Amino acid sequence: MTTTSAGRRRSSPRAILAALLKYLSLTLAVVAVVLPLAAVLLTSLRTSEEATATRNPLAAPDDWFNLDNFAIAFTDGQMARALWNTAFILVFSLLGTVMIGSMAAYAVDRFRFRMKKAVLALFLIAALVPSVTTQVATYQVVDGLGVMGTRWAPILLYAGTDIVSVYIFLQFMRSIPVALDEAARIDGANALTIYWRVILPLLRPAIATVVIVKGVAVYNDFYIPFLYMPSADLGTISTALFRFKGPYGAHWEVISAGTVLVIAPSLIVFLALQRFIYSGFTSGAVK
Amino acid sequence: MSAPPLAQARRSRAPSPGSPARSRRGPDDIRVAAGGRGWTPWAFLLVPLAFLAAFTYLPVAAMLFYSFTDWDGFSRTQDFVGADNYVELLTRPQLFRVFAVSLFYLAGAFVQLVLALYFATVLSFGTRLGNVFKGFLFFPYLINGVAIGFVFLYFFQPGGTLDTVLGALGVGPRLWLGDPDLVNTSLAGVSVWRFTGLTFVLFLGAIQSIPPHLYEAAELDGASRWQQFRHIIVPGIKPIIGLSAILAVSGSLSVFEIPFIMTGGSNNSETFVIQTIKLAFTFDKVGLASAAAVVLLALVLLVTWLQRILVPQERVEQS
Repeated sequence: MTTTSAGRRRSSPRAILAALLKYLSLTLAVVAVVLPLAAVLLTSLRTSEEATATRNPLAAPDDWFNLDNFAIAFTDGQMARALWNTAFILVFSLLGTVMIGSMAAYAVDRFRFRMKKAVLALFLIAALVPSVTTQVATYQVVDGLGVMGTRWAPILLYAGTDIVSVYIFLQFMRSIPVALDEAARIDGANALTIYWRVILPLLRPAIATVVIVKGVAVYNDFYIPFLYMPSADLGTISTALFRFKGPYGAHWEVISAGTVLVIAPSLIVFLALQRFIYSGFTSGAVK
Repeated sequence: MSAPPLAQARRSRAPSPGSPARSRRGPDDIRVAAGGRGWTPWAFLLVPLAFLAAFTYLPVAAMLFYSFTDWDGFSRTQDFVGADNYVELLTRPQLFRVFAVSLFYLAGAFVQLVLALYFATVLSFGTRLGNVFKGFLFFPYLINGVAIGFVFLYFFQPGGTLDTVLGALGVGPRLWLGDPDLVNTSLAGVSVWRFTGLTFVLFLGAIQSIPPHLYEAAELDGASRWQQFRHIIVPGIKPIIGLSAILAVSGSLSVFEIPFIMTGGSNNSETFVIQTIKLAFTFDKVGLASAAAVVLLALVLLVTWLQRILVPQERVEQS
């Protein structure tokens, strides 16, 4: 382990060597991250003859502005529809997650009632059950609700099984002084008004965290749309991209373009919200 | 996003020292702001509890029930077959093969923890372009799983990117995904590529919450960086290392997406979840698949429980 400070020991040869190794290891990591992505990006800019010709996958494309593959991927891959479906699912699942999570946290944190411990335990124990293990039976529940093969199936599943957000809200709610509730109560507000007018606006930072963490998970999820929305009309970003595998099996330039199209929004959101994204994930997983 | 395990959730209930929430644990529970009627909290809990029951508890109960039947998922009859499904699972050699596959991902998870710990430590102390490196390391975690699958299908192609790069170093081409002895190593490598960033960011956050004066004191005492790592950082972030370890083990048992997208489970790369999904939805053996899922769930719970016993959750008092 070469953990060296650039501190006062900078001048000693050993420290210089350690610093060198540190930057070398970091550079290697960056190369390992970028290399597979760069190969796909470069391929997405090639013509089909260029892509089939056996040549170095990291060679520069003949024309850096060849966007034909993106056009093919976007139209043939029904990406516009996939984006629309994903956005629809995203908006409603986020809405549901925020409402359900904050209501549960409000009830548990601000009220004293019998079986409060039991309710908390129910949420706790549920956090132990990885949803991937229960899909065989969840499938039957979704079927029984009559939403199979509609966009409501993933929306219900995303909104209904997110224990992490309950914890993020619970954690944050504890830092909101009860005096505020009491002041509102003296002014004649009932519990619903307090929740809606006092608590929810103050939860904004927690809502932002939940929206980021959950949004990334929903945008990237493959399993649930694949299982519950098999129809091609209901493709999300993930399942629409997955369908490229058949018809474009050998056309790596088109598959690559589709892949780049799916990654690009993540990159843009990441660059725009970098700071919040890190802290969101830290509190999402740790708190 | 995996749910936090019990250990973590429970620890989080204790407010950090000095936070205003501390007083709520007193017997009078002065934080409770409720007035009057007893049904108000239930009105708020109605929908959350309904969802919790419908999508967690009902499936778990149903799964247990199905696991004792021969149900195919369609017919009206569900014949009770006792423990037959479990017996069939345990006597099938395939079951052990999918567990052998998990071991590759477990090894990958170990590599991931070590890499994340190394980079988190290195980037916690004045590094030029620290935020840039941080961004590069974390970004793979945000990429769509199907996109990652395609990126690496292309990367591992015969004569593809990896062969080209290794060729420059004098290593011959391999069938990264076609060779049954190599496929799981390749796939576990993809999983390391994808998840190291998340573990890294968790470790980084934990290291940054260690009070800086501890390092200053250690430095005055003449402690080397390695000694600081060994005696300040590792003990300081132990709970997060423990959490990451359980996530790693339960994650290696429930691998699905990447091998399903990249190989469809062929060439020896079938994982437990791929097998279960195939049993249930391709071969219509819901009863048998449920038994498999119950076994998986039991294993995950066992791992979490073992972690609670082996790594006692001492609360980190931040000075």
